[in-house]
Amino acid sequence: MTNKTPSVESPICPLPRRHSDKIVQGHGSGGKMMADLIKDVFYPPLANPALLAGDDAGVVEISDGVRLAISTDAHVVSPLFFPGGDIGKLSVCGTVNDVAMVGARPLYLSASFILEEGLDINILEKVVNSMKEAANEADVQIICGDTKVVAHGEADGLYISTTGIGLLEPGRSIGGSQAKPGDQVIISGSLGDHGIAVLEARGDLGFETNLESDIAPLNHLIRAMLSVSDKVHVLRDPTRGGAASALNEIAKQSQVGIILDEGSIPVKPAVAAACEMLGFDPLYIANEGKLIAVVGSEDAPRILEKMHQTRYGEDAVVIGQVEESPPGRLLLKTGLGSTRIVDLLAGEMLPRIC
Amino acid sequence: MKYLTEYRDADLVHGLINKIKEITTQHWTLMEICGGQTHSIIKNGLDQLLPDQIELVHGPGCPVCVTPLELIDKALAIASKPDVIFTSYGDMLRVPGSQADLFSVRARGGDIRVVYSPLDAVKLAQENPDKEVVFFAIGFETTAPANVMSVLQADQLGLDNFSILVSHVRVPQAIEAILSSPHNRVQGFLAAGHVCAVMGYWEYIPLAKKYNIPMTITGFEPLDIAQGILTTVESLEAGTCEVKNAYIRAVSKKGNQNAQAVINKVFEECDRKWRGIGLIPGSGWRLRPLYTKYDAEKRFQVETIQAEESPLCISGLVLQGQKKPDQCEAFGTLCTPENPLGATMVSDEGACAAYYRYRTQTPGSQEKGL
Repeated sequence: MTNKTPSVESPICPLPRRHSDKIVQGHGSGGKMMADLIKDVFYPPLANPALLAGDDAGVVEISDGVRLAISTDAHVVSPLFFPGGDIGKLSVCGTVNDVAMVGARPLYLSASFILEEGLDINILEKVVNSMKEAANEADVQIICGDTKVVAHGEADGLYISTTGIGLLEPGRSIGGSQAKPGDQVIISGSLGDHGIAVLEARGDLGFETNLESDIAPLNHLIRAMLSVSDKVHVLRDPTRGGAASALNEIAKQSQVGIILDEGSIPVKPAVAAACEMLGFDPLYIANEGKLIAVVGSEDAPRILEKMHQTRYGEDAVVIGQVEESPPGRLLLKTGLGSTRIVDLLAGEMLPRIC
Repeated sequence: MKYLTEYRDADLVHGLINKIKEITTQHWTLMEICGGQTHSIIKNGLDQLLPDQIELVHGPGCPVCVTPLELIDKALAIASKPDVIFTSYGDMLRVPGSQADLFSVRARGGDIRVVYSPLDAVKLAQENPDKEVVFFAIGFETTAPANVMSVLQADQLGLDNFSILVSHVRVPQAIEAILSSPHNRVQGFLAAGHVCAVMGYWEYIPLAKKYNIPMTITGFEPLDIAQGILTTVESLEAGTCEVKNAYIRAVSKKGNQNAQAVINKVFEECDRKWRGIGLIPGSGWRLRPLYTKYDAEKRFQVETIQAEESPLCISGLVLQGQKKPDQCEAFGTLCTPENPLGATMVSDEGACAAYYRYRTQTPGSQEKGL
C-alpha cells in the first residue's frame, strides 16, 4: 500500500489472523470460537454419545430405567461480589440449573476451590455461606470438595468449580435436539440483568444503574412447568453468550428455524440503556437466573400460567416460535416488520467505538 | 427508552417509506457515509422496506475499518513492550495487523486494556506512574474532541507517562475522494450525523455544489435514516444539490465550536492513508508540534514501521460504495468475523460484518439475503 496511489482496480486488504495456536479471551465467550474449540479440541479425543448430545448436562443410564444427569461448571468472576450475588451463589446455581435443564432433579454437588495465596479467610467464609444458602434454596447438598492454593498472582482471588448430579424421571426427554416446528419459545423473564450488573460492579459502565444480577436456582420453576405439561421439549439457561447463543444452539441441534419477535423480548430499561451506550445487544448478554423453554404450542398457555405463579417465572412470556426453515438459523422479526439473522457471537463481545 | 423508542416507531417509519415510494420515479444510488448508519440499516432491515429503485451503498465511515495496516503494526509493536499499558476502544483489538492482532499480543502477556473513554486512559496513567500508558486514538471527527481532551488533561496534570497513537481521519476529504473517482456511482449522500454534531455541515456545502450532488445530514435511528433518505430522494427527484439537515436535534450548521476549538488547538491537518483505499490528501489529523511529547509514534520510535497489504479482498471497493459485501467471492466462506480477510469484516460497523451478522444464510444454502 505504501507505494500505491488510491486505485479501485487494485483493492488492498489485510491477511487474516486465526487464533488457532493460542487461547484468547474469545474462546471463552460462549460464541462461535468456543463452539469451534469444543468441536476441534475436546470432541475428537473424548467423544461419546452423552458428550456429543451437546446439552447443558450429560445424561447416562446407569441401570434399567435409572438415568443420571451430570454437569460441571468452573466459575471465574470479577469482582467476587456484585449486586444480587457472588461467586458462591453463582457456583451453586449455575450447576443446579445446568442439571435441571435436561429435566433432571438436581440432588448433589461437589465443589473445588482454587484459592490465591493472600485471600482473606473471611471472604472465603462469606462465599461458602452464600453457597449454603443457594444450596438450601435449590434443595441440594454439597457432599464433597477439594481445595488447592496457588501462589499470589496466579489466580484472581478465588475460583470455584462445581459438579452436579441429578436424577431423571423415566420417559423424560428434554434436550436441544427436541424442538419441533410449531413449538413456542418462552423466556422466563428479562434478558441481560446479570451481565450488565457485573459490568457495573466492575466499574466498566461509567454510569450507575440499580440493576441486580438475576442469579437464581431454577430447578423448582422447572419442576412446576413439568408438573403441568409433558410437552416441554427444550430447556436451556442462556448464560454466557446470552439468549442468542442458546437459541442458535437449539436451532442447530434440532435443525429448525427459530423466529423471534423483537417487540416481545423483555429487556429492562436500564439494560437497554447500557446496551445502547456500549453498542451491545441484550440478546448476547449473560443471564444466570433465566431459562428458555421450547414447548408444544397447545401447552404454552398452561405452562406460562404455571410459571407466572412462581418466584422466578412471574415475567415469563412467549418471544418466538419454531418453524421448519431456515434449518439451524435464528431469525428476528424487527419492530419495523423486516427480518434479520441473529448469529452466534464471533468471539469476545467488544464495545463499539462510537 | 425516552428519546430513543420514539425514533424507532414502526408506523412513523412506514409513513416515511411510503412517501419515498410515492415520489421515486427512477433508480437512485445513495451512500450512507457512517458505519453506525450501515449497522442500523441492516440491523433494522430498513433497506428491505425501501422501493427497489433506491439502492443504498455503504461508505467508508468505519474508523476501525479504515485504520491503515501500518498503524496497527505500530500499535502491536508498542503494546508488546514491557512496562506499557496499551489502551484502546474495544473493537480495535480484533483488527489484524501484518503478523498478529492485539488479542494475540494480549494472549502473549501484553497489558492491553479496553477503555470506554480516552480519559480512562489518562486516569490509568495517573494510577500507574511506573508504566507508560498509551491510548490508540482512532476515529473520525466524532471521537476527536474526547481524544484531544486526553492530551490536554495529561498536559494539565503534568503526566510524562501518557501518549496517544493517532490515526484520525476526516469525512469531507473522503467524500471528495469518492466523488472524484471516475468509477463513482453515488448520486446522493447521507452525511454522518455525529460527525456533523461536532463539525457542523458548512464544509459540505462547497462539496455539494462542486460535484452537483445532494447531501442530507442524517441520524442513526430508523426514523432518522428514513427521513434522511426521503430528503435526499426529494432533492434528486427535484434536481437540486443542496445540503439539508435531517438531524436538527443534534446538528447545526456551525457545529460544536468549543469542540472544534480544542481539536484545532491540539491537532493539525495531515495526509492520511486509509486501509483499503490508499492515501487521501489532507484527510487526517495529527498532533501539533507543541504536543509532540504525547506522540506515541515518536516516544516508542515506531515511525519507520511500514506495511504492505495483500490484495486478497474487495474491501476497498466496498468502502467506496462500488461493490456490496455479498458480491465478494470470499464473503461468508473464506472471510468471516472470526477469520476476517478484510477490515470491513472486523468491526461491527464494517459493512461486511453487518451483512454477515444479519444477512448470511446457512452454509450450503443457495439463497443469499432474506
